[in-house]
Amino acid sequence: MATLIIAEHNNSQLQAATFNTIAAAKQLSGETVVLVAGHNCQSVADEAAKAEGVDKVLLAEAEHYAHLLAEDLDKLVVEQAENFTHILAPATTFGKNIAPRIAALLDVQQISDIIAIEGDDTFKRPVYAGNAIATVKSNDNKKVITVRATAFDALSHEGGSASVESIGTTEHGALVDYVGEELTESERPELTSAKVIVSGGRGMGSGENFAMLEQLADKLGAAVGASRAAVDAGFVPNDYQVGQTGKIVAPELYIAVGISGAIQHLAGMKDSKVIVAINKDEEAPIFQVADYGLVADLFKVIPELIESL
Amino acid sequence: MKILVAIKRVIDANVKVRVKADNTGVETANVKMSMNPFCEIAVEEAVRLKEKGVASEVIAVSIGTQQCQESLRTALALGADRAILVKSEDELEPLAVAKVLKTVVEKEQPEMVLLGKQSIDGDNNQTGQMLGALLGWGQGTFASKVEVADGKAQVTREIDGGLQTLSVKMPAIITTDLRLNEPRFASLPNIMKAKRKPLDELAIADLGVDVAPRTETLKVENPPARKEGIKVETVAELVDKLKNEAKVI
Ligand SMILES: Cc1cc2nc3c(=O)[nH]c(=O)nc-3n(C[C@H](O)[C@H](O)[C@H](O)COP(=O)(O)OP(=O)(O)OC[C@H]3O[C@@H](n4cnc5c(N)ncnc54)[C@H](O)[C@@H]3O)c2cc1C
Ligand SMILES: Nc1ncnc2c1ncn2[C@@H]1O[C@H](COP(=O)(O)O)[C@@H](O)[C@H]1O
Repeated sequence: MATLIIAEHNNSQLQAATFNTIAAAKQLSGETVVLVAGHNCQSVADEAAKAEGVDKVLLAEAEHYAHLLAEDLDKLVVEQAENFTHILAPATTFGKNIAPRIAALLDVQQISDIIAIEGDDTFKRPVYAGNAIATVKSNDNKKVITVRATAFDALSHEGGSASVESIGTTEHGALVDYVGEELTESERPELTSAKVIVSGGRGMGSGENFAMLEQLADKLGAAVGASRAAVDAGFVPNDYQVGQTGKIVAPELYIAVGISGAIQHLAGMKDSKVIVAINKDEEAPIFQVADYGLVADLFKVIPELIESL
Repeated sequence: MKILVAIKRVIDANVKVRVKADNTGVETANVKMSMNPFCEIAVEEAVRLKEKGVASEVIAVSIGTQQCQESLRTALALGADRAILVKSEDELEPLAVAKVLKTVVEKEQPEMVLLGKQSIDGDNNQTGQMLGALLGWGQGTFASKVEVADGKAQVTREIDGGLQTLSVKMPAIITTDLRLNEPRFASLPNIMKAKRKPLDELAIADLGVDVAPRTETLKVENPPARKEGIKVETVAELVDKLKNEAKVI
C-alpha cells in the first residue's frame, strides 16, 4: 500500500491545500509520496520533502509542465500509478481538473471531495450541496480521490526529511496551449486558509460598498469573500465566491453581511467555527446557521463595527 | 461543426433535499426534477454558437430513465436540433456516463462536447474530464467564456486564484461554469415546435459498454446540526460576545 499525492504549486511554493491532502493521506495505510511536476520547481520539491508526514518526493521537470496542464500531467501520473494503491489530489480547481482524467485512464471511479476516511476503501463525502453526507465504499483496485482541504487539519510544514527522486517525464501532448492568467492580487490572507472571513452579498448594493468590508477585514486580519449574487452583479471577482460551486471555507469566524443564506451558499461555509450574520431581514435563512445574528441595516452597523474594533 | 451537449436530470436546485429515514438515500418521491443548472448553461452556449454561425447542429444527449425525455424536450425547446436518450433504469456513475458518451461521440463525430461542470445532486465534477481522457481530447473546464476560431476553442476558466485562459485544440471538451451565460426561457411556440423535433432512444445494453457500479453507498445521513444561535441587539453586544464568549477576535 502506498499513496501518491499530486502537489499543487506555482513552481516556487506549494499551495496550502497540498498540506491538507498530505494530512488525509496519513490516515491511509502505507507510505506517503508527493509528486511535484512543474518547471524549475526544485524549491517546491525541497519544501515537500520538509513537510511532516512525507516519506518521499518524486520530481518531474519539463517546460510543458509549467502550467500544470491536466492533459500533460495525467499521463505522467498514470506512468507512476502501478506503485500506488491511492492517488490523491486536493479538491481545488487544480485537483478537480486533473483527477478525473487520471481516474478514467486507470478505469477507476473517482471519489470526489472526501471529508472523512473510514478505512482504506471507505470515505465520507457531501452530496446535494452538503444537505446529505454519503458514506461510499470503493471496489476499484486503485482509489483516485480528491480531498476537501477544510476537513483535514494540515500537518507541520517542517520536520520531515524525505528524499527527492527525479523521474522521467512524458511528451507534450499539445492538446492545449496556455494563453494567460489574471490572478487576483491581494495583501490579505487567502480565502480557503484564512482564520477570519468577511463575506458580502447582494445586500452590499455595489462594488464600491465592498470597501467597507475591506476596512473591516483589515481590522480583523481577514479575507474577503462573497455570495454568487455579489459576484454575478460584478461587485467582486469570481474567485471571491463561497459556496457549492465556489470555494469551501471553514474559518474560525465567518461574518456574512447582506447574504440571505441560500443552501448553495451555506454549502461553502456552514462548517465555520463561529458564524455571524448581519441582515436586515430577520427571516433570512442565514440566521438558522448563525451563532450570532444581528438584524440591522448593514450600512449603519458595519461602520459602527469598524469603529469599535 | 456539430456540438454534442450532455444533460442530466436532477432534483431541482430549489428543493430542500431530505435524507430518507432508513439512511439509504434522499427522498425522490413527488420531488420536482429539472435539468441540472450547469447543463442549461451548456445548452444555451451551444445554441448561441449555432446562432453565431459557428455551429451547424446541436445534439442533446441524456442518459437515464424515460423521464429524461422531459429534459431533452426542454433542450429542444431552447434550440437544440435533435436529441438522444440512452435509457438506463440504474443511476450511473460518472465513469460509466463518460463511457456511454464516448460511444455517442464516436457515432456522431462532434467537434465539441459541452457538459456542465458539476451535477448538483452528486456534486461529482468528473464526467467531462473523464470523457476528455477517454477520447484523448483537451478540455476547457469551468468555462466562463468560449470563443471558437481556427480549429481552436479559446476558453477562459474560473480557477481558485482568478481566471485562466487556454487555447484548446478541437475536437474539445468544454464544461460550463455559472457565469458563462444566462440561459433563455423557452417560448411557447418553441416548446410546441420541440415536440416535433427528433428524439432517438437507445437501450444502454445495446451499446456494449461496461457500466457496472464500482462503488457502493453504505449510508446517507444528515449533516451534523449546528447548535442554535442567538440574536444580539447591538454592535457592542456582538463585539463583546465575539471577544469574551466565542473568543475569536
Ligand atoms: C446551481 C447553483 C449553484 C449556486 N452556487 C452558489 C455558490 O457557490 N455560492 C453562492 O453564494 N450562491 C450560489 N448559488 C446562488 C444562490 O442560490 C443564491 O442565489 C445566492 O447565494 C444569493 O446571494 P445573496 O444572498 O447575496 O443574495 P440575496 O438572496 O438577494 O440576499 C441578499 C440579502 O441581503 C439582505 N440585505 C439587503 N440590503 C441590506 C441592508 N442594507 N442591510 C442588511 N441586509 C441587507 C437582504 O435581506 C437579503 O437577505 C447557486 C445557485 C445555483 C442554482
Ligand atoms: N446521466 C447523464 N446524462 C447526460 N449527461 C450527464 C449525466 N451525468 C452527468 N452528465 C454530464 O456531466 C456533467 C457533470 O456531471 P458530474 O460529473 O456528475 O458532476 C453534467 O453537468 C452533465 O453535463
